[in-house]
This record gives sequence, C-alpha cells and structure tokens, in this order.
Amino acid sequence: MTDAAKTAHHAVTPTTQGLDAHLVVERGSFRLDVALTAAPGDVVALLGPNGAGKTTALRALAGLVPLTDGHLRLDGAVLDRTPPESRPVGVVFQDYLLFPHLSALDNVAFGPRCHGASKAQARAQAAEWLDRMDLAAHAGAKPRRLSGGQAQRVALARALATRPRLLLLDEPLAALDARTRLDVRAQLRRHLADFEAVAVLVTHDPLDAMVLADHLVVIEDGHVVQEGTPSDIARRPRTDYIAHLVGLNLYKGRAEGHTVRVDGGPGITTTEDLTGPAFVAFPPNAVTLHRDRPTGSSARNLWRCEVAGLETHGDQIRAALTGELPLAADLTTIAAAELDLRPGATVWATVKAAQTHAYPA
Amino acid sequence: MTSPDRTGAAEALIRGPRRRRVRGGVPLPLLLPSLIGLAFLLVPLVALLIRAPWSSLPDLLTSTEVWQALQLSLVCATAATAVSLVLGVPLAWLLARVEFPGRGLVRALVTLPLVLPPVVGGVALLMALGRNGVVGRWLDAWFGITLPFTTTGVVVAEAFVAMPFLVISVEGTLRAADPRYEEAATTLGASRFTAFRRVTLPLIAPGIAAGAVLAWARALGEFGATITFAGNFPGRTQTMPLAVYLALQNDPEAAIALSLVLLAVSIAVLAGLRDRWMAPA
Repeated sequence: MTDAAKTAHHAVTPTTQGLDAHLVVERGSFRLDVALTAAPGDVVALLGPNGAGKTTALRALAGLVPLTDGHLRLDGAVLDRTPPESRPVGVVFQDYLLFPHLSALDNVAFGPRCHGASKAQARAQAAEWLDRMDLAAHAGAKPRRLSGGQAQRVALARALATRPRLLLLDEPLAALDARTRLDVRAQLRRHLADFEAVAVLVTHDPLDAMVLADHLVVIEDGHVVQEGTPSDIARRPRTDYIAHLVGLNLYKGRAEGHTVRVDGGPGITTTEDLTGPAFVAFPPNAVTLHRDRPTGSSARNLWRCEVAGLETHGDQIRAALTGELPLAADLTTIAAAELDLRPGATVWATVKAAQTHAYPA
Repeated sequence: MTSPDRTGAAEALIRGPRRRRVRGGVPLPLLLPSLIGLAFLLVPLVALLIRAPWSSLPDLLTSTEVWQALQLSLVCATAATAVSLVLGVPLAWLLARVEFPGRGLVRALVTLPLVLPPVVGGVALLMALGRNGVVGRWLDAWFGITLPFTTTGVVVAEAFVAMPFLVISVEGTLRAADPRYEEAATTLGASRFTAFRRVTLPLIAPGIAAGAVLAWARALGEFGATITFAGNFPGRTQTMPLAVYLALQNDPEAAIALSLVLLAVSIAVLAGLRDRWMAPA
C-alpha cells in the first residue's frame, strides 16, 4: 500500500470505539506478544497459568510496563507512550492496594481529586460510589477494618470513580476465601454488566473467567493459544492446559472419517466425520475401567493402561492412567475398590464413541 | 551411663552457676564478657550521676551561659534536622525508587559522613563554604553570605553530619514500603509527585520520624565539625558539647551539670523511640 492509499484508508475508517491493542513486552528471555480487541461493554478474561504473562499484559495496558513493540488504542486514542496517570484506565489490583492511611471514602475520592475535583466534590462522588456498592456504612472505615469482600468493592469503586474507558482487574477474586468468593463473584458480575466501557480481567480460575467474561483469551508462555466464548472454549479446548482446566481428556491427531489417529498413539473412534488435523476430547467420567479385557463391550475404544496415580476428586476417585493413551478416568469409590485399583495395576479402559467430541485443529 | 549422675553431682557442687545456666542457658565464655561490656557502657553514666553536684545544680543550670548553650543547641539541632528533612527525604526517595547509573556509588557517598571523622567534615566544609572556599567565595561575592563562625554555620555543620542518618533511615523504610501503592496512585491519575506526597509520605511517616529523631540526636551531640567550621563563640556558635568541653578545663562541676542535661535529653529521645526499637523483635 502506498502512503497516499494508507492515508485514504485511515480517513475512511471511523474512530473505532473500544480497545485495540497489540502488546509486545520483552523482559530478558520472556516475550509477551498478545493482541486484544474489545468493544465497549465487553468483558474480556485473560486466562492462563502462573507466569504466562497475564499480569504483564495488564500492567502494559495500565502503562506500568512500557511496550517494547506493538500498539495500544482506546476509543481511537493512541496510548502507547502515555504515562499511567494520563490514561483513562482504572485498575483493581490483586490485593487491592487500598491506601492504608485513608478511609474507604478518601480512597475512592483519591481518583476524582487527582482529576481536578474539589475535596467536597470528590468526597460527594466517592460517597455515591460507595453507596452504589452498598458500602455507605463503611465510608469512614480504614482498609484494615474492612472484610475481604468489602475491600474488593472499595477497590472496584475506587477504580470506577475516575470513570475509566478501560477497567483492568487483576485476579479480582484470588484474595477471597471460598464463601466470600461466591457472593463477590455474583456482585462483580453485576457491576461489570453495568460497566459501559471495556473491562479486562486476569485470572487463572476458569470458573471466574467463565462467569465474569463474555470473551476468553487463553495465554500460555506469553502467547495467545486460544480465544473465544467461554462455552466454545470449554467444549473445544485446544491445549492441554485448557483441557485440564475444564476437566477434559484432550488429544491431537489426524482425522480420517470417524477415526482420529492420535500423534504417536492409537486411533480414537468418534461420531464426527472429519478429515485432517483434529482434536478429540472426552470427559474423565466417560471412561469405564475393567480389570480384565472386556469381551462383550460395545465400546469401540479399548485401551490397555497402567494406573499411575489416584486422587480423590469431589466424591469420586480420579485415576491417572498411562499406556498407549494417557488419560484421566473418574470412578466411584466403590468401583475403585472392586477393581482393586492401585498404582502399577493394569486395567482396560473403554470409551464410547458417542461420548467423544472431535473438532478440526 | 554415667553422665546423668555426673551432671547431678556437678549441679550439687556448683549450684549457683548451674542455676544461672539453667535459667538463661548462657555459656560462661559469653556471659562474662557480655557483663563486663554492659558495665563498661553503664558505669561511666552512673559515675556521672554519682559525681553530680546535686546541691549546686539548680544554680549551675540557670546560669546564662548554660541557658545560652542549651538554647543554641536545641535551635541549631532542630534547624539542622529541618534541613535534613527537606533535602534528605527527597534524596532517600531518589536512592530508593529511581534507578540511575552509579546509584550504588551515590549511596556510598551519602553514607560517607557517617564514618568520616567529624573534624575532617569540618575541614571539608571550610574548603567548600569558607570565605575562600570553592562555593563560599561566590556566596560571599554574590549574596554577602558568610557561613563559617556563624550560628548558620553551626546548622550547616550539624546538618552535614546528621543528614546521612536520616537518609539511611528513610531509604530503608522506603525500600521496605510496597512501591505498588505508588503505582496504584498513578493509575488513579496522580502524578509521581502527588503519589509521593499523598501516599508514600504518609506511609513512611514513622520511618521519617525515627530518622529525624536520630538526626536530631546526632546534631545535638555534634562537636568536631561544629568547632572546626563554626568555632566556639559563646552565644553564637558554642553549643552544649562545646560548652561541656570548655567547662571541663576550668569548672568541672559545670561540665558535669551540662553533661547531665545532655544525658537527660538522650534518655528522653530513647524513650520516644522505644516503641520502634525497643519493642520485642
């Protein structure tokens, strides 16, 4: 494209609302390279294991880490080199980082105050936000007097009080205990639904991601490995990490009709008719284990395995199996006892074709 | 097994030391020197109390010279602490928060006055700020300011010696404080200076207070740099330590009385800091 054409192209492109980012951050041997786009009202979750670069991506969006390369545009404005205090971005930090010497009210008023509001105006706005978060009764409390859930809401109010066009949440529920988490997750979902601009949250918890976000971006080792709607990613995982998160056995291979030949392993019979590179996934509870080679089974998929380990998984036992096809199988405690499962034991595993799900890679 | 019997016998033989060992579990080769060390530190102070001319003390302490010296000492030490705060806190922040080439060297240079003999500091100040000094010459020529042998000179000498204490103390507190609070403040729209003023400063206030007290105590006791740079003029540059030294030559009782005042001030400072330093670790 010539320069003139480029200009013309830009001229006709309307100002894009929302987030358009390509984040490249290099740090020693680590390289983050993630593209993110979102429209106003979207909630995007960055999901990934520890050390994948999620938090670095968030910090780059906030301006706390400089971009090595790429770009960052928010509602059409270029923010690549804008310092954090000049970005219309609000951040809820993982451990909230509420200023310990200020009351909840003054924590929330801090942002408006920095944006030029008078002390009285800032406090009035802060009181409004706290009221919206059902925290009016705690306005005068210092952060250490607040419960985890309350602190989380104060942090959210503080971030929203600057009316950001991009809201960033770093592991918003990680610091909470299991009970509080349930309540706060529901509240947070409501607040995010009300938020009219782009929200990006970082989490390693697939449940948080799927409940709170309508678009998931899975990051591993600094790169996007999969993105899509929560249901799509849960049904069709493309990496072991995601498969493990959503509790599926996942294999990659080549499909020929109703069989997917797993790379370096056996074939798996499926109901889908595919050709070419494909994934096959099935849940651990679709696996049936037998002490001896079953004879009358209708299952098309039969593999000889060895028990590598056992662990309780809810009210079930999850067996990790090795052999021609490494897989996880769930079975009841009674079944495990009857089969006399113990590490090193040989078992036969069957999976019905109808319980597998194959999709193009 | 004979050892239980033997320890039993030993216990019966030397009950006293044995009992002490049981209580504290301190081996003798450590206990003895530590007690001597303790006595070494405390006996002089006790001697000061014993030899104090308690009957004539009120008269001695209310004499004009003592009052002048005490007043001058308090004013100069406080002014030196103020100078240290205004210049030292930003310097500590710079050392703790900004990465720049040669930061380690700068930090070492800042701490140099801590280990430098104060007299050398005084000589160095004369070379810099004396009438013919590198900087002093211009101060004199442009503004008509002379620092040596003035009360301001006392403040300068004391600040030179005391500021490193404050910088080191505040820098340590800053390094221990979570820098992410400043980041949180910037994401809320605060400039780096606003973040420092409204978030960092309140958070490190206890460290600043401790550093200020340290610097103040150091300034109050300052002798070498002061006498070298500012001289020993009663009412103008003669602070308490100088007065003590001078009094010792011709009026030892007055020297003791003055020393008692400084001791009382020191104990008050220590009491003020007890929450910070004397709390159980």
